[in-house]
Amino acid sequence: MTGRERDRTVYLDHAATTPMCAEAVEAMLPFLADSYGNPSGSHSVARAARRALDDARETVADLLGARPGDVVFTSGGTEADNLAISGVAAGDGSALCSAVEHPAVLEACLAVGGSVVGVDRRGVVDLDELADLLDERVRLVSVMLVNNETGVRQPLESVVALVHARAPEALVHSDAVQAFSWLDVAALTASVDLVSVSAHKFGGPKGVGALVARDRAALLRPILRGGPQERERRAGTQNVAGIVAMAAAAKATVRDREEASRRVRDLSTRLVGGILETVPCVHEATARKDRVDAICNLGIEGVEAEELLVVLDELGVCASAGSACASGAIEPSHVLLAMGRTIEEAKRHVRLSLGHATTAADIDAALLAFPRAVGRLRG
Amino acid sequence: MFCETWGVRVLVGLSGGVDSSVAAALLLEEGHDVVAATMKLWGGAGDSGCCSVGDVDDARRVAARLGIDHHVFNFAEEFEQRVVAPYAEAHALGRTPNPCIECNRHLKFRRFLDRAVRLGFEAVATGHHARIANDGPDGLPRLLRGHDAAKDQSYVLSMLTIRELSRVLLPVGELTKREVRARAAALGLPTAAKPDSQEVCFVAAGPGQGPRERFLGERIQLHPGRLVDRATGSLVGTVAAVELVTVGQRRRLGFSSLGRRYALEVDAASATVTVGSEDDLLIDEVELTERTWVASPLPVGAVVLAQASAHGRPRPVRLTDSGVRYIDGPDRRVAPGQTIALYTGDQVVGSGIAA
Repeated sequence: MTGRERDRTVYLDHAATTPMCAEAVEAMLPFLADSYGNPSGSHSVARAARRALDDARETVADLLGARPGDVVFTSGGTEADNLAISGVAAGDGSALCSAVEHPAVLEACLAVGGSVVGVDRRGVVDLDELADLLDERVRLVSVMLVNNETGVRQPLESVVALVHARAPEALVHSDAVQAFSWLDVAALTASVDLVSVSAHKFGGPKGVGALVARDRAALLRPILRGGPQERERRAGTQNVAGIVAMAAAAKATVRDREEASRRVRDLSTRLVGGILETVPCVHEATARKDRVDAICNLGIEGVEAEELLVVLDELGVCASAGSACASGAIEPSHVLLAMGRTIEEAKRHVRLSLGHATTAADIDAALLAFPRAVGRLRG
Repeated sequence: MFCETWGVRVLVGLSGGVDSSVAAALLLEEGHDVVAATMKLWGGAGDSGCCSVGDVDDARRVAARLGIDHHVFNFAEEFEQRVVAPYAEAHALGRTPNPCIECNRHLKFRRFLDRAVRLGFEAVATGHHARIANDGPDGLPRLLRGHDAAKDQSYVLSMLTIRELSRVLLPVGELTKREVRARAAALGLPTAAKPDSQEVCFVAAGPGQGPRERFLGERIQLHPGRLVDRATGSLVGTVAAVELVTVGQRRRLGFSSLGRRYALEVDAASATVTVGSEDDLLIDEVELTERTWVASPLPVGAVVLAQASAHGRPRPVRLTDSGVRYIDGPDRRVAPGQTIALYTGDQVVGSGIAA
């Protein structure tokens, strides 16, 4: 077909999802075929599945700095976030979250009558505002570790300290979905009560995630009822194959984390540096020091992101912008709006996100495509 | 000029309906390089029309069936600004605009077309039942009625000009609706049996009466109005909301000794509806604002046909300084805000909005 120039696909949307690692694929295959048991049963076939589930739970717990009994397997990050919030906060306005949370947190928080804490222009949660809103009625405070649209890191330690000082009864939840690939989540969330992760963001399959719920948070009110699984915190037969694969992906991620982070830092530096050099009037949404290297958010003057994505796609580059609504249309990013950008400004931002599979050749191709795409749209 | 050309890069606006689905299929058959896009225009309570989530799903499935790329463009903000808000504001002034025409004017054939051009497309295509012939003077395009008279949609395209028409393809204009459905069925398109959309897409169709009332009630202040008889000047009744009365309307206005009452004028400022007999509705002349010409303007005195609704009867008129004058006897008053399309024969020559 004419008009298409995709010789190869350059995938720069790893924050949306990233390909499964070989270890995860290999680990999950037996549980799709031969080891088909329901781990809740008592016979040998069930026991084999149960054993795999227990092993996976130990692995995931260990890598998240938790005990096996703290880990609740879920259908993904969204369910983990919802379980953390509805499981702890009653509908009395007693939950707080930052304005830049993923909708899974933001909307769950608002649904229980919670309030939103603003961020500064960098996208970092406003600790003064949080301090003002904290009182003894607050049951839960949710602040993410790494933002999915800007890559901005939140000062979780300060949040925890503030909550302990102002609302000692309150629990702290952190959505670590974007963080696990790049940061030592176990160490960074050691004093956090609830932590969400999602397998497909770090090389596992879609449809599986986990919530760490420790100590005071252990007694969660379930969202899904109808079975004693996950210590009566999440009913339903476990996704054994997915959970086993998540454990394998988590292991590989932690094993390779330092090396992958270093590589992605270099690639990202070259990508952003190259674009800033070759395309005039582009700026980064956030300073390098405030974010993880893997997520780059760029504002492009005079170009609508929705159009840029179409042209980049034609040139073989997969990127994203804002968040998708039910129809698949792109909505202006609530994250950028919370950071004080106007709707018009927010509509000019695209996200390029790197992953464990990103190569130097990907960056070379992106550096060719990006100036061409912007040039075509600017005319 | 494009229809005869092989391999034009076309962006087809897939609405999720059967007409645009077949339009895309026909373009592919003709050998064009086709990409599809659906405009997301509305996400409010009345998300039932040509831009609902269900329709975007249908559009995506059609594109997949045809093997073409499909994008979703979020024009919700412009739609609100250019179509929905003006629709409500006009009603507050007692006017009755046609939102589909404003959507075509500002969204489909401006925002969408401009974007297509920026994205490197040579033309856009839609599923409208109208035809474009590139046989005008200097090869300029002419806009003609659709082949299927019962489904002709040239009226809602009457505000287009050669600037847009030279970059527009209307592949189903040569077909009858029956043929369109047959083509869709033969191609196995999931939209083959989908009913035509009827209502204003952003006004929620729902059970009970008055979706329009409900929509406007949320947008503008509705005021009770007085019905004043034109002949006697006396108060003959009331209406719940003057903003919801349309000139020409007879429902809910009661009877007089002369028969049914019709709304002759709506004055929202004084919350007054002037009513009268059917004969009182007749007028000889219509003043037009926002006049457009497909090509060059026709001179005052020229005789054309005027059509005041999507499938209204075309009436011969003479162009005046300010609008049109009926030649062979008066016609019913046109509600202010409605579009009048001007034709010579089957060819659209221009449009205007009834003052």
